Amino acid sequence: MTTAIGRPLDRVDGHAKVTGAGRYSAEIALPGLAHAVLVTSRIPSGRVELIDTYDAERAEGVLAVLHHLNLPKGGSVPPLLPSLFGAAASGQTFFPMQDEVIHYAGQHLAMVVAETLDQAEHAARLVRITYQETASITTVEQGRDRAYEAEKIFAGFIPGRIARGDVAAALDRAPVTVENSYYCAANHHNPIECSATTAVWEGDRLTLYDATQGPNATLHTVAELLNVMPSHIRVVTNYVGGSFGCKAMIWDHPALAALAARAVHRPVRLALSREQMFSSVGHREEQEQRLTLGADRDGRLTAIRHHKLSPTSHFDDWAEPSLGVASQIYACPNYEGVYNLIKANTMTPTFTRCPGEASGMFVMETAMDELAEKLDLDPLELRLRNYAETEPMTGHPWSSKGLRDCYRRGAELARWSERDPRPGTRRDGNWLLGWGMASSGYPVTPPGNPQRARARIFADGSAVVQSSFSDIGTGAATAMTQVAADGLGVPLERMRIQYGDSDLPNTAAAVGSAGAGMVSAAVHIAATALRDQLIAQAVADEHSPLHGADPRQVVVSDGRMALRDRPATGETYAELLQRAFMADAEALGTWNPPGMDTPYGTMTFGAQFAQVAVDPDLGLCRVRQLIGVFDPGRVLNRKTAHSQLMGGMLWGMSHALLEGTIMGPDGRWANASLGEYLVPVNADAPDVLIETIETTDTVVNPLGVKGVGEVGMVGTAAAIANAVWHATGRRHHKLPITIESLL
Amino acid sequence: MRPVSYSRVSDVATAIATVAADPTSAYLAGGTTKIDMLRIYAEPSQRLVDINSLPIDHIEVQPDGAVRIGGLARMNDVALAPVVVDRFPMLSEALLLGASAQLRNMASMGGNMLQRVRCSYFRDAEASCNKRAPGTGCSALAGVNRGHAVLGTSPHCIATHPSDAAVALVALDAMIHVQNSGGHHAIAIDDFFLLPGDTPEREHPLNHGDLITAIEVPALPAARNSLYLKVRDRESYEFALASAACALTVTDGVVAEVRLALGGVATKPWRARRAEQVLRGAPATRETFARAAAAEMADAVPQPMNAFKIELAQRTMIRALETLTARGEAP
Ligand SMILES: Cc1cc2nc3c(=O)[nH]c(=O)nc-3n(C[C@H](O)[C@H](O)[C@H](O)COP(=O)(O)OP(=O)(O)OC[C@H]3O[C@@H](n4cnc5c(N)ncnc54)[C@H](O)[C@@H]3O)c2cc1C
Ligand code: SF4
Repeated sequence: MTTAIGRPLDRVDGHAKVTGAGRYSAEIALPGLAHAVLVTSRIPSGRVELIDTYDAERAEGVLAVLHHLNLPKGGSVPPLLPSLFGAAASGQTFFPMQDEVIHYAGQHLAMVVAETLDQAEHAARLVRITYQETASITTVEQGRDRAYEAEKIFAGFIPGRIARGDVAAALDRAPVTVENSYYCAANHHNPIECSATTAVWEGDRLTLYDATQGPNATLHTVAELLNVMPSHIRVVTNYVGGSFGCKAMIWDHPALAALAARAVHRPVRLALSREQMFSSVGHREEQEQRLTLGADRDGRLTAIRHHKLSPTSHFDDWAEPSLGVASQIYACPNYEGVYNLIKANTMTPTFTRCPGEASGMFVMETAMDELAEKLDLDPLELRLRNYAETEPMTGHPWSSKGLRDCYRRGAELARWSERDPRPGTRRDGNWLLGWGMASSGYPVTPPGNPQRARARIFADGSAVVQSSFSDIGTGAATAMTQVAADGLGVPLERMRIQYGDSDLPNTAAAVGSAGAGMVSAAVHIAATALRDQLIAQAVADEHSPLHGADPRQVVVSDGRMALRDRPATGETYAELLQRAFMADAEALGTWNPPGMDTPYGTMTFGAQFAQVAVDPDLGLCRVRQLIGVFDPGRVLNRKTAHSQLMGGMLWGMSHALLEGTIMGPDGRWANASLGEYLVPVNADAPDVLIETIETTDTVVNPLGVKGVGEVGMVGTAAAIANAVWHATGRRHHKLPITIESLL
Repeated sequence: MRPVSYSRVSDVATAIATVAADPTSAYLAGGTTKIDMLRIYAEPSQRLVDINSLPIDHIEVQPDGAVRIGGLARMNDVALAPVVVDRFPMLSEALLLGASAQLRNMASMGGNMLQRVRCSYFRDAEASCNKRAPGTGCSALAGVNRGHAVLGTSPHCIATHPSDAAVALVALDAMIHVQNSGGHHAIAIDDFFLLPGDTPEREHPLNHGDLITAIEVPALPAARNSLYLKVRDRESYEFALASAACALTVTDGVVAEVRLALGGVATKPWRARRAEQVLRGAPATRETFARAAAAEMADAVPQPMNAFKIELAQRTMIRALETLTARGEAP
């Protein structure tokens, strides 16, 4: 009996956010607060020969200047493990300021702590570092000769080579093949809130106010880095101003903030500058992909060979899994995927919204369009002919799959059947018009540890559900309020959700689009456990009108328990508790997620359609409409879910046309500012039409939530690139597609 | 941020006297350039003299049809002034296509003329840059230079002049009115912006303490049929990769009057005199336009990442001319 779930409820934290009442991690006001500012490396490779802090130390307001010669050493760097596992989750297996070696430009070399932010910034400019520079490699082009096949990538979870069947033989036999190289520029997350940590010591106990996707990930990582007992650390994350993956792993700044606070015996705030965000919290790596498709004359895929080449850091073999969804989206008997890496002078790349899915599906879906062109087949028909009825890599059934409906509904909305397949035939003044489409898919990955929540009801019938998760701006807290209200059977106004605090029941980090599914599971279990406990108490209570009833026949709504078929017989939670002189009652809910070996393919699917206008004289491409239809399982809040999908699609547009971090010849990111790293502005945003297909999924989690956080971005770039081809007759294999490539 | 001190003045004479007396001082108008420079350490610490309450923010029509725009008039106010919209649409459009609404409400016209280049090496206080630190070299030559200039460059600096409004004003032969302790003078705008040559640190002929009191735009009937075309990666809130300010009168299929200036491709707001020369008196056809545009770009010097601008600038000029020709023909 659902009442709140699904409703387009306004955000529970919306008022606090828009009025400025909500305090983000860099806004926590504390008595005696000092400010830390980082000094970073200008060179990509070499050593610090001399660090001269004379002027900085004497500058007004300066409390300390910390660097590799005087920073107290702590514990050890934990292994790289995705924060979805709920354990320590270091973004790279490197901690700075331990010695004089420089591995990448932007590496943190020193930290100035002062009374005010302005004083710390000024003194940071006065730290003079003399370098001994050595040769560096920072791009695919420079490191191509040294590429190696990775044994494993992605923290060891994905093998560097995956093969099925016999690709070489299948390609030899294939009557039709498509083979191309594709390039995607590096990307940075650029949430509006830069990463920040405020650290406070009270004796040997540490509190961190941290902008993170996982308060517990921060807790465990900092515990290991500083060799402090986890029981002595509390991480509070009241508000997060976006993340997109840059706050998914834990980088060095929370631990550095704690070290600075310890050094000056005061609370310390360490906020990264926008420029520092480009070399402190990871990025989506620059990458080249080579994809070969073999098909029979009917368009059925017989072989897929997909190789990727990308730079990683000196410390870790990281590549975003670009081959993942691209290997699962179509049925194909022969497959070979290989990750090649280059050791380079960069930090370890990291999760960036749709890590791998966006880049890999740009490549796959562009190639499918080219295959359709070669075969003179409708691109949508080609996709239907290759529809994967089971998960292609394992043969397992899908836990749910509404992709066929997504294609059908998307095509209807886009009036796809009216599209003239010939490119370059429609004009609107100076603009050439084109339509393109692509498939979307994003895996549903369970967290690695049990998820918990606690539900508590008070004698007046109001309730609170507590869980440690952080709401990074997605609307998770709002959706969880809805889940909790329905689970317990109380009205929304009487339910409060408390979150963003590692002292609350444990959850993994809200990453991989898994947050809504895993946290709703724990919240639902806790709330229904409390409901069942109160029903049990009522039927056992001889003063209750429900005394002696079969608990399974009792339903709850609006805070009142009643018999299913005789609603007049019942009482409220409040009546029950008050009669028993109970001030409150509570229950803990634990969800044990299915293991990674669950015999199902689990994925959120979708279909995207884009209309673009290209002015070929001036090299302009403007997107006129985006249409996306997805099958995300249960939708917890229609409004926030649509916002997630829309944000994803707009980012997909941005990935296609605007975003790219450029590595300069000096080995530094050359456009590390929002003035030069372009993201779309409102004027670029087209009309975005989104629908969801109802699908029931009983495998992924108790409420059947598959997730909407990222899938919106998968396929958008290809749909746009395919539309550009349809408009102009020209294929684009390089992202972003810029003016110079359209002229 | 750099340590600064701050004071506010309310009359022109005191403003000039205060700044002229102290070589480390500077005028502060909207602050949308100045404060950035101080935050990123591209300019030295200063004593800021806030001139926002000086009475030089009016927009006035002169008896001869010229429009006099106060040095402190805000970009948005100028862009939306009916006289500017009617008589000089290219100026209104250039202003509205610049920055964002919030910035345009703050930013002054005087400040706009003096805004600093967007070259990322100029803005990185530790990089070599002849403009910021004369004699240290130009990092952009071997660096990321997609946005840099192809016209008016020198081996010492290739930074693009960023202003949009100045491009329209250069096409309109505006005059920059300046006051200092010695009195008042006016500078033709084309002489106001200096080529980098071997002194890229000198961007204009003002002396310390010179105050821009007004920008005067002489009457030009042809400017009623004018436009500003700005080409850039995204739809708004970005500087031009190429832009054209253009006014055109076509009589009996022949170009009777034309003004053309370029932005986004040159080290100063670039009056396209060669193109104008080809156009004047020639048939208003695509062929003429292409020839004129090619003539203007004949001496362009590309950098490794911006060669496309030579083609893009020509197409931008052609599109502007074609659009105005079509408009002029419309009943
Ligand atoms: C994010 C961003 C985007 C922008 N986009 C664009 C764009 O697309 N197109 C565009 O054209 N511009 C753009 N600009 C630049 C903007 O137009 C200028 O910063 C603005 O016009 C400067 O005016 P101001 O009043 O703020 O000047 P200030 O910052 O106050 O001053 C700038 C300089 O001029 C001096 N000064 C100011 N007034 C006078 C005066 N009356 N006499 C003498 N000296 C004076 C100051 O001392 C200072 O050196 C952008 C700026 C920003 C920050
Ligand atoms: S182009 Fe000019 S502003 Fe840029 S680095 Fe070179 S000298 Fe400096």
